[in-house]
Parts: sequence; structure tokens; C-alpha cells
Amino acid sequence: MAANEYVVRTKGLVKEFRMGEESVRALNGVDLDIKRGEYLSIMGPSGSGKSTLFNAIGGLDKPDSGSVFINDVDMAQLDARELAYLRCHTIGYIFQTFNLLPSMTALENVTLPTVFAGLTTDDGIERGIEVLNLVGLGHRLHHRPAQLSGGQQQRVAIARALANSPSIVLADEPTGNLDLKTGEEIIALLRELNKKEGVTIISATHDYKMVDVSDRVVWIRDGKIAKIEERADIELAVGAIKDETEL
Amino acid sequence: MSTQTAPAPLGTPEKQITLPFSKAWEISIKSIKIRLGRSLITASGIMLGIAFFSSVRTVVLFPITQTGAAAEAARSRHSFLAIMALLVCFVGIMNSMLMSVTERFREIGTMKCLGALDQFIVTLFIIEAGIMGLFGSMFGWFLGWLIMVIPHLFGGGARDLNGAFFSGSMVQCVQSIAIGLLITLVACIPTARSAAKMPPAAALRSEI
Repeated sequence: MAANEYVVRTKGLVKEFRMGEESVRALNGVDLDIKRGEYLSIMGPSGSGKSTLFNAIGGLDKPDSGSVFINDVDMAQLDARELAYLRCHTIGYIFQTFNLLPSMTALENVTLPTVFAGLTTDDGIERGIEVLNLVGLGHRLHHRPAQLSGGQQQRVAIARALANSPSIVLADEPTGNLDLKTGEEIIALLRELNKKEGVTIISATHDYKMVDVSDRVVWIRDGKIAKIEERADIELAVGAIKDETEL
Repeated sequence: MSTQTAPAPLGTPEKQITLPFSKAWEISIKSIKIRLGRSLITASGIMLGIAFFSSVRTVVLFPITQTGAAAEAARSRHSFLAIMALLVCFVGIMNSMLMSVTERFREIGTMKCLGALDQFIVTLFIIEAGIMGLFGSMFGWFLGWLIMVIPHLFGGGARDLNGAFFSGSMVQCVQSIAIGLLITLVACIPTARSAAKMPPAAALRSEI
């Protein structure tokens, strides 16, 4: 278990962006170990580097230095095909803007990753219906994204992220485009999936509703980890979090 | 159902990511349909270019009335017009392809997040462009052909529409479609390839 305890580990992540003459360090030496099966929130104001960290963990962008290990495999060592395989099987992605393919129905969107994974059409559809039921959209299989509300679209996106039974689900501001109530429902759904299915959830967010359900909260500031709070601390110090929101 | 699966077998050789042709075809058809207006405009761009080309070529099939130097001049003028038609067609299609790829950066990034290889993205764009190129060129050839044949008929040239004319027309039809397809693919492939190569994060960041 010891070797397998951490599903994601990052070591000394650095990422710079050039803004004209200046270069900005979006990540400035991030070391983070994420446990298998935990619900981790990466919190921080916009521009703190949390999306950059999200992209680095998800293999969507290469860090300038440092490494990301997924299940103890260094992502920098993977070729394009292996990286695609990793994105297909091991990681599920959820975005602020849902990013469903507009030409496809809910079911077709959810089935697409199973096509890449090599499932037959029948198996893919069966799996698609299963995960859409899981997120409570079994009655909206054949609707296009344009015919669904924001919350429903995000549910489809969550179902799609789960289609290939990933061990990690990465969510980038999953509630950012949703109203308060819908956002709460989505957070509750993610928490439920985390508990029932045992999938590790890593969420970059500045939605404080997320804090309540997280096992750990990583606070990012200026490209560095400012502090990491455990669930126990969070429950003890709800007032402190409220203070944090004022910052 | 349990998603608490063992870690994916990284480091094993059978790491296959697939996109069967039938699925790619299905996805491309859906993309064309959802953007039907845009697809029709792109296809009619191809159609008009090829219609111009085909009309210039069809004229050559009619008996030449001029003789000597005049015939020579007419022939070179036709070649010039045909080349111009193809150039205009190419630039127009290139523009449409750039547009249709650029406006879909986010879709491309999303597909890569779901495990698509760069090659899948290129395949999807090739199928789409191929369908539009094929139909655009087919209708284009026919339009150009009609534009030349109808006035010729009314001008009393029905006699010229003999077997040789029709077999010549068929050869030109195949030529026009082949050229139209080639132009479309030459415009499409480098554009799609460079878009597919982008890191997913960059593709997803794009705001169109």
C-alpha cells in the first residue's frame, strides 16, 4: 500500500509564462502528494497558479521544470501515445465551461471516451447509460448540450469523465459557470462519487462551498503552496476559513 | 459497479487508443450537420471555384472556330483562366479551413483530454473536408458545364454535343473532382495537423 498510497505526486513544479518582456512564474516550486481516494481542493485567487497546476497534473501542459508522477509513473517519460492512453483511462476531466461537443447528444458525448478506449459500440452505450444514470440524467440521453441547462451539461461532463472508470477526476472550477444551488448539487454529486466509487477528486476552485466537502484543501498563492489543511482542521476552524474568504 | 480499479497498466505494451473509421465518419457527418450553414458556404466556395475551372475547360471541347495564331492565343488564355480559377479556389478553401479549425480549438483540446491522438483530430478534419470537397467539386463541375452548354445549345450548336463531347466531359468531370479534392486536402491537412499538435491546455484556453 505504501508505494501506492499516493495517486499523484508533484516535485518542484515550475512553470513560467512570458507576458511581453516580463516572464511570470505561475508555478514556483510546487511539491504536492495526493492520496488515493481523497477529495482535494486546490484553492486560491485567480492568477494564483491553480489552473496551471491543474494543467500540469492533468498532463495538459508541460511544466518548465519539476515532475508529475501519476501512479508512480513520471509523466515526462511518456510519449504521445502513452500520454493519450493516460488521459483516456486514468484521468477524467471536468471544466468550468463543460466543454461538451455540441454536435453530439449527451449519450454520444459520454460514449466518446469509450470509443477511444476500444470498447465496442454496444458496450460503450451500455456504459454511457450506466454513468448517465449515476449522475441522474438517465432521462436526458438523447438531448444535445444546447437543449440542456448548465447544471445538466456539467452532469453530462461528469459522466463523460467517469466513462472509462478513471482513478482520478480533475475538475477545473466545476461550479464557476453555475448558480449557487446548481453548484451545490454538482459539489454534492462529486462528493458522492468520491465516496461511493472511490475515485480521487482533485478540484481547482475558488468556490468556498467546496471546502466543506474536501478531505484536504491546498491553498495556493503566487505559484506556491501557502498551506495545506486537513479535514479535521477545517471542521475545527470554520471561522478561520471565513476569515480567509475576506483576504 | 466499482471505479476503484487498479491503476491503469502504465508501462505495458498494449496501450492502444482507437478510433474506428466508422466512428470517425459518424463524428464528421455530425460536425458537418451541426454547422450546416458554415459547411454549405465552404462547399459552395469549392463549388464556385471548380465551376469556373470547369466552364473554362468545357469550352475547349467545342470545335475551334479560330485558326492559326488566334487559336493558339485562345488556348493559352483558357489555360491562364483555368489556373486562376484554381488559385482563387485554393485561397478560398484555405481560408475556410483555417476558420473551421480555429473556431474548434476548444473541441480539439477536449477530444485530446478524452484520449484522442493527434492523428484522430487530423482524420476527422480530413473526412469532413473530403466530403465537402467531393460534393463541392461534383456540383461545381456540373454547374460550370451547364453554364457553357446551355448558351451553346441556344446558339444553335446542338450538333457539337456529340459522343466525343460527352466522353470529353466525363474525363473533365473526373479531373475536376480530383483537383477539387486535392486542393481541399492540401488546404486542410497542414492546418488540422498544426491544431492537433497544440498542447490541450493551449487549445482549451483559446477564446473564440
